Amino acid sequence: MSSEPLFRQRFDICGRDYTNGGRASIAIKGILREIGIHPSVIRRVAIASYEAEMNVVLYAHKGAMELKVTPKDIRITVEDDGPGIPDVELAMQEGYSTASDEIREMGFGAGMGLPNIKKNADTLAVDSVLGKGTTVNIMIRL
Amino acid sequence: MTLETVRRLLNCQVIAGDGKLGEEVWVGCGADLMSDVLAFIKPDALLLTGLTNVLSVRTAEIAEVRAIVYVRGKLPDKEAVSVAKEKGMVLLSTDLPMYESCGKLYASGLAGGSELKEGLRDVQRAPVPSAF
Repeated sequence: MSSEPLFRQRFDICGRDYTNGGRASIAIKGILREIGIHPSVIRRVAIASYEAEMNVVLYAHKGAMELKVTPKDIRITVEDDGPGIPDVELAMQEGYSTASDEIREMGFGAGMGLPNIKKNADTLAVDSVLGKGTTVNIMIRL
Repeated sequence: MTLETVRRLLNCQVIAGDGKLGEEVWVGCGADLMSDVLAFIKPDALLLTGLTNVLSVRTAEIAEVRAIVYVRGKLPDKEAVSVAKEKGMVLLSTDLPMYESCGKLYASGLAGGSELKEGLRDVQRAPVPSAF
């Protein structure tokens, strides 16, 4: 199958660890640059993965992000054990946010996270179960 | 516009990247919310913000920002400075508030994001009124 990954790497993400928030996405950016992916694709992947990573940092206790590079596309899967999203459709709307003051003080929670991911991805699937967690699947074509 | 010009126009203190003030920025973006930065900023931009934590620098790196100006006399925290130095990002601080900082740079020719065509340095903007 041509969708067999050429490269795969998993990163752990720690909730509320603002100091290290974003490190996985910056590592992904470096990996894609080394592989020789086009800069415009790297920018889209980096923004989408950073928003997804920050959602884990800001809302969950822990999570993980997996990068898969195939000959056709780049896939990012982010899973967390957070509170889940009550209404995914609503969360996709620009400006809708349930962020706490703490999150807003960190410069996030403007209700642009999922819309930003959607804007940069070719496909985005959000699977969320209240009280269990959220899985975000992002695909960007090469 | 060179970062040295930005420093001079806003009377900035240089926090990191002293040796890189000859580098150029092509477009400016003023925002305190990092998701707005990610949604609207163009590559090689100058970011003006009041957010001083390390996420300002991480967001800037993701968004390929060339330099950050912290407005309203704010100074980035220790972690932000350390990450910026490691990544070679220029950090400046001005006592001016956001509106005046953006206004001075715009009036001196630094374009806004909506005026910059994707992938081009060619800016098409309406002339700034001379009284500005």
